[in-house]
Amino acid sequence: MTVPVDGERPESGTPLLDVRDLVVHHGQLRALDAISLRVFPGEVYAIIGANGAGKSTLLRTIAGLHHPTTGSVLFDGKDVTRLRPERRATQGIAMVPEGRRLFGSLSVEENLQVGATYARQGSWTIERVYQMFDWMRERRSQPTAQLSGGEQQTLAIGRALVANPRVLLLDELSLGLAPVVVQRIYGMLPQILATGLTVLLVEQDVSQALGVASHIHCLLEGRTTLQGRPADVTADLVEAAYFGLAGTAPASPPGERSEP
Amino acid sequence: MAWVNAIIQGVLTGGLYALFACGLSLMFGVMKVVNLAHGDLAVVAGYVAIGVIAVTHLPVLWSFLIVVPVMALLGYVLQRTIIQSALDRSVLTTLIVTFGLSVVIENGLLQFFTANSRAIGTGLALVTGSFKLGSQIQIGYLLVVIFAVAVVVLLGLQYFLSASKYGRLIRAVADDREAAQLAGADYRHVFGIAAALAFGTVALAGLAYGMYSQLQPTTGTDTILLFAFAAVVIGGLGSLWGTLLGGVVLGVAQQIGAQISISDEVLAGYIVFLAVLVLRPQGLTTRRAQS
Repeated sequence: MTVPVDGERPESGTPLLDVRDLVVHHGQLRALDAISLRVFPGEVYAIIGANGAGKSTLLRTIAGLHHPTTGSVLFDGKDVTRLRPERRATQGIAMVPEGRRLFGSLSVEENLQVGATYARQGSWTIERVYQMFDWMRERRSQPTAQLSGGEQQTLAIGRALVANPRVLLLDELSLGLAPVVVQRIYGMLPQILATGLTVLLVEQDVSQALGVASHIHCLLEGRTTLQGRPADVTADLVEAAYFGLAGTAPASPPGERSEP
Repeated sequence: MAWVNAIIQGVLTGGLYALFACGLSLMFGVMKVVNLAHGDLAVVAGYVAIGVIAVTHLPVLWSFLIVVPVMALLGYVLQRTIIQSALDRSVLTTLIVTFGLSVVIENGLLQFFTANSRAIGTGLALVTGSFKLGSQIQIGYLLVVIFAVAVVVLLGLQYFLSASKYGRLIRAVADDREAAQLAGADYRHVFGIAAALAFGTVALAGLAYGMYSQLQPTTGTDTILLFAFAAVVIGGLGSLWGTLLGGVVLGVAQQIGAQISISDEVLAGYIVFLAVLVLRPQGLTTRRAQS
């Protein structure tokens, strides 16, 4: 189920997502402090970190739900920092928000239909989602409240997929789900990636993130404490970066690319 | 027999009250806006119809085909401008803004049309005619038609909300605005469409009342808005068919009150309204208070 990390990141060419020196405040609190990251096409880029590290804020800012104080978000080379979330969505940024956020008074199928309303051209259709998750077709007219947590999460992913995004933002897929269910959901990633999608995900569960990611990026209290390929980082480095132990974690491990 | 008559008249009046209420309920259900100018907009629709008829000499029902779309368009524009900018501040601001709108409309109507009451004169037998049920019960055609229109409007709204693309988006946005944005939906536009629907029903309410009774600049707040509120609360906030049930309960209560003593008509309606508020604050149709 692990996505093979083959060699170097494709660092030449335009990154699909280019986040530059992002600073985001929640009131007085500086939630993100000069975060930069570049996600290249076809990557699975994982942002890890403890509660309150700013992971969700980062994802929500990329999706347009928060406004940065300074810094910019470039999508496929174009500055989208000032665009509303719905405009970013129609350009190809889809997000599966934390806590699923399904439309509670809509049926399973209607949730997918809303996701497909402003879809880009592409290979994902409601029919294809049904083929991938066969239980969904039988239960398409049920309200979402009757689904289990894992089924709801799957539906939330399906709702994002039918928009035919270029980049999929996944916020804490594992939250509140049993480990076996989390395994199954992450197990679907290769199938999703095979359709040419790029994934930027946020995860508290480090082993899960290390398992699927081609690049990891650790946040601590709004700052970058570590980034690199899973193969290049040791468990000790990750632990130090994750918890901020002894404050000795290097900003980037040896052999890491130079920041722009 | 007088009591049976009271109940029949009350049920039929309930259709009118449902027309008053469904737009208010829709706007609250979708954007959490309590539109205090709701009744005044109904009166505006009535006056516009009177104006259109006077100027164009169109047949009355044809003039409605102009007034309803115009009011729906006005709803979209008002929602996208002042109501949305109030919403961006807080839901409470919308109360103040729509109250202000109500004051402006009422005084504007007073200025241009004076305080005289006007009716939408149709000259149709439909409006003045009635038929007899047995020897003592007399039923006006107009109330029957209004009741039928209310049912058709509610059926239409329900069909639109459940089966159309924008209906689905309206429900999605009402559920979770952010999630709808992430799916590419511009919730402001969706709100505008919901407001257009609500204003269309408001226009019908004003036209119906203008034929059934008489319109004054103050009718919007002292009758239409209050009865709409009562019907919405009795039926259950945010429930479309609840507005019909609420309207019918209100109408029957008023007619029974009037049967006891003519001066108790309005009072009886409000007693039921208060009783529901105390005993079943979520209304008769909704199971739990909506979050």
